[in-house]
Amino acid sequence: MNVKATLLASAIALTPFAAMAADMTIGFSQIGSESGWRAAETTVTKQEAEKRGIDLKFADAQQKQENQIKAIRSFIAQGVDAILLAPVVATGWDEVLEEASDADIPVVLLDRTVDAPDSLYLTAVTSDLVHEGRVAGQWLADEMAGEPCRIVELQGTTGSSPAIDRKKGFEEGIAGADGLEIVRSQTGDFTRSQGKVVMESFLKAEGGENICALYAHNDDMAVGAIQAIKEAGLKPGEDIKIVAIDAVPDAHLAIANGEMNATIELTPNMAGPALDALEAYFADGTAPEKWIQTESKLFTSEDDNQAIYEMKKGLGY
Amino acid sequence: MIRSTHLPLMVTLATFVLAYALCAAQYPAMLSTRVVANLLTDNAFLGIVAVGMTFVILSGGIDLSVGSVIAFTGVFLAVVLRDTSMHPLTAFALVLAITTGFGAAMGATIHYLEMPPFIVTLAGMFLARGAAYVLSTDSVPITHEFYDTLQDIYWKAPGGGRFRLIGGLMILTFIAGALIAHRTRFGQNVYGLGGGAQTARLMGVPLASTTVGIYAISGGLAGLSGIVFSLYTSAGYSLATVGVELDAIAAVVIGGTLLSGGYGFVAGTFFGILIMGLIQTYIVFDGTLSSWWTKIVIGALLFAFILLQKGLTWATTTRRKRATGSAQPS
Repeated sequence: MNVKATLLASAIALTPFAAMAADMTIGFSQIGSESGWRAAETTVTKQEAEKRGIDLKFADAQQKQENQIKAIRSFIAQGVDAILLAPVVATGWDEVLEEASDADIPVVLLDRTVDAPDSLYLTAVTSDLVHEGRVAGQWLADEMAGEPCRIVELQGTTGSSPAIDRKKGFEEGIAGADGLEIVRSQTGDFTRSQGKVVMESFLKAEGGENICALYAHNDDMAVGAIQAIKEAGLKPGEDIKIVAIDAVPDAHLAIANGEMNATIELTPNMAGPALDALEAYFADGTAPEKWIQTESKLFTSEDDNQAIYEMKKGLGY
Repeated sequence: MIRSTHLPLMVTLATFVLAYALCAAQYPAMLSTRVVANLLTDNAFLGIVAVGMTFVILSGGIDLSVGSVIAFTGVFLAVVLRDTSMHPLTAFALVLAITTGFGAAMGATIHYLEMPPFIVTLAGMFLARGAAYVLSTDSVPITHEFYDTLQDIYWKAPGGGRFRLIGGLMILTFIAGALIAHRTRFGQNVYGLGGGAQTARLMGVPLASTTVGIYAISGGLAGLSGIVFSLYTSAGYSLATVGVELDAIAAVVIGGTLLSGGYGFVAGTFFGILIMGLIQTYIVFDGTLSSWWTKIVIGALLFAFILLQKGLTWATTTRRKRATGSAQPS
């Protein structure tokens, strides 16, 4: 107990630059575990911390902001070296972030940003939703190489920011290519079952032979649509090319089976870049950019999807 | 008699002291002023609403609407301050009038229509939550400069703890609640009502005004709690504080108040709140336990306190039987 107290005291007494020498303790306030992706983010964050020898204090807020504020205050009281925060809502963080910055504890935002002055946090690690859509569009444009293509689109939940941004990005991605046009676009609500139902209606309305490609705003809808295409007697991945976003394990499996062509990864590894930035900050005080964009990696049949599927399956998706 | 009514309070106090000592032994940082200040600040909204809940439970009732009323208050304030030029203080007065009136209306329904409080306040819960959704489904930020002024009022203790306005407000509410419960005619009536409506009527307790008063207090304090919560998060969000009514009930019971009414202390609720806050703090300090352990520990504590209450009631009745030699229970 005494050793622990001394360590703690020395960690507080020393400047942030020297804190690296002692074991680094980082608090992570997570929103909850409402989706498979979020569970995977938690798993990956724990793995990344372990890899670096960081003692990670994990607090699940059960979707409640008050729990997140309490957790951050407790982290500060405990004297952690840094805090990772995946905020449940954008508003109402000023007060508690000020307390953290008063105590010289850097805060890194994961996956979402907040409506607070950016002096109150070190950096934010998020994906670029528009960019994800653009990568999908460009992949299809390259794949068609000048051939005309009639595309159907399965949108996410109407009005949600991923749906708006991924649509916008895709349209930008195919803008340069002649002959590529979106002929039908409807919401599939990000779910597997709606993806299947809406794809069935696309196939009836257009006729399967007139559809050349499907773009889905997430993998779940694409997996549902694959089922619909099979039931219509067509070959998904060959008769109709399929590109979607997220790179969940089932999408890798579909690509491995030749039923899907490409997926763009929304990486659950937000903590890796965040911890890298923190280590650099503690080592020599380099302040990172205010926004660290995660890589939107494209996966196609050229990757070893079976292996990736096996690897991702264990992350809690 | 005196021993048995004070015993739950003593047990609560002992539980808190023991729990704090155990936490501090493991994490010395638990003794810092930061943790103490956090316990007060982070539980301010829950504490205020729990004072109202203490009155309700003392009278033998229940109020399930308070969590929704807190959310409604927050959204109402956020929307009013965004869309009109009303000063926050006027808005506070307005929203307190609305929530007190809402509570009073529920109290009147309970008394005059002879409806169970559970059903009436359940309806109130849906009404208030629905009203919050109608006002706005998004989280509406509050950016009024008066809010900044209020949020900047704090005393920074040595060690870095910040004792904020809302924590002080909670303590004042507890003091006022204790005075009303233990030093006024109305307080006596609340205890009387908790002993059973029939007995209370025989004792000359004005049933109508007492019932309406109790639920008006609970509603008004839920409104005050909503104001505190909006200061706490600088926003109004219709999805906020779901299930807070149950946390408040748990705090009251852990604080030693009998769920059947009639026995209990406002001060006990204060320690009930602190115990619940302490459990959460410990779990964050540990950092490896699942946050859901909070619920498990609170559940176990509740069960233990209910058993204790049952045991005490049983012990008192047998002792009284033996003392008077008659077989009539009270």
